[in-house]
Amino acid sequence: MSNIVVVGAGQAGSSLVAKLRNLGHDGAITLIGEEPVPPYQRPPLSKKYLLGEIDLERLYLRPESFYADNDITLLTSHTAVSLDRAGKQVIVNDRAIPYDQLALTTGSVPRALPAAIGGTLGGVHTVRTLADVDAMAPAFVEGGRVLIVGGGYIGLEAAAVAALRGMKVTLIEMAERILQRVAAPETSDYFRALHRGHGVDIREHIGLQHLNGDGDVTGATLSDGSEIQVDLVIVGIGITPATALADLAGLELANGIRVDARGRTSDASIWSAGDCASFPYKGNRIRLESVQNAIDQAECVAENMLGAEKDYVPLPWFWSDQYDTKLQIAGLNTGYDRIVTRGGGDAVSFWYFRGDTLLAVDAMNDARAYMVGKRLIEMGKSPDPARIADTDADLKPLLRG
Amino acid sequence: MAKITYIEHNGTEHVVDVANGLTVMEGARDNNIPGIEADCGGACACSTCHVYVAPDWVGKLPAKEAMEEDMLDFAYEPNPERSRLTCQLKVTDALDGLVVQMPEKQI
Repeated sequence: MSNIVVVGAGQAGSSLVAKLRNLGHDGAITLIGEEPVPPYQRPPLSKKYLLGEIDLERLYLRPESFYADNDITLLTSHTAVSLDRAGKQVIVNDRAIPYDQLALTTGSVPRALPAAIGGTLGGVHTVRTLADVDAMAPAFVEGGRVLIVGGGYIGLEAAAVAALRGMKVTLIEMAERILQRVAAPETSDYFRALHRGHGVDIREHIGLQHLNGDGDVTGATLSDGSEIQVDLVIVGIGITPATALADLAGLELANGIRVDARGRTSDASIWSAGDCASFPYKGNRIRLESVQNAIDQAECVAENMLGAEKDYVPLPWFWSDQYDTKLQIAGLNTGYDRIVTRGGGDAVSFWYFRGDTLLAVDAMNDARAYMVGKRLIEMGKSPDPARIADTDADLKPLLRG
Repeated sequence: MAKITYIEHNGTEHVVDVANGLTVMEGARDNNIPGIEADCGGACACSTCHVYVAPDWVGKLPAKEAMEEDMLDFAYEPNPERSRLTCQLKVTDALDGLVVQMPEKQI
């Protein structure tokens, strides 16, 4: 049980190795990552880092010295190419690294546009890694014309940065509304208005037919036949779990690397956590793409690798910063049948109920609503919707008793 | 640069120099000081970087913004005077000698 190897040096991998040491694991720990830098925070990439408000070193989840200080072997710029499950070793570049237990925290890969519609032209970017953002940042100049494909959180955050930089921003969303996959129409309406107020041209129910250009992208033809000229394209059309290594090794997949409630894969010596792991939840199987899940599931797996036998029960939360608006989300809204609105204007929250059960809260510039909602969901309590809708009513007493 | 003393809940003290421009949270993170989790990385989105500021420092720190105040109200056992979110405290020379204590846990 002594020698632990973790493949994938993002938020989950970083949290996992730190937790192992906190729990007193004194065997070898090796953390393997493809990127040339130590584990860093991804959320600021599409926010403060792209705006140039935060330096690289401040993105690091832990200082570079942390790994050596804690006797953790960090292998950056290393790619795990295959697993030898029978021999219990990870094949990395040109050598094999043995393990007693292995964790796959390989994260996810942004979906790219097909090459056939111009997805490989110069100036077309996805947003996932530091290298992605460093590549696009020089094009974020005043007067530049950017097309953002996809109205999810990544696309909207990039749109906000571009608009703040004085760029001409067009955002297209193939679905009927932005944020359709993740939020209620009320939340979509809020962010549509926010972006339009900053001059972003949001076009919903509009797809991309193809990008135009010879070498570098110069324009786009949209599904309604319209053509726009662009200098830069940012693609934010979702991510797919990074399962290639697990698949090659014959581990069971299910929209991600299939794990049980403890985080164990179909191989009892191999675990998985974070964006790439699909786990049982309320009779279904889900994957969560968030910092909360990366940290909490990885920490739970660390405990289980040391024998805790603990089920992972997520308490989801999420945030997004766009302009001066902070969106905070608690819970998962899947299956909601009505929305209760609290507040209005800039500071408003939308409470997702199924019947009388509170499922989730989207709070815009209202940290109190977010925190009350988060605590209620954690406690399994559902408030009276009338109390929620009464903006003058203090919600904190709901947490008592 | 400021010399900051971080005191864990169990009484363990860590005295470190933190560069101007970083936050008090980043000072703890960069020196591997346990007890400040900062899950959101400093976005004022999670309340897991909560500390109690030493009583004689309460009046010397910049006032809390509404967002920090609201988040703190729901942190673990907040103290109305002494509780702060360390991700919102920017280090300057004026913070030299600051002493902060960690709560029993971060939620």
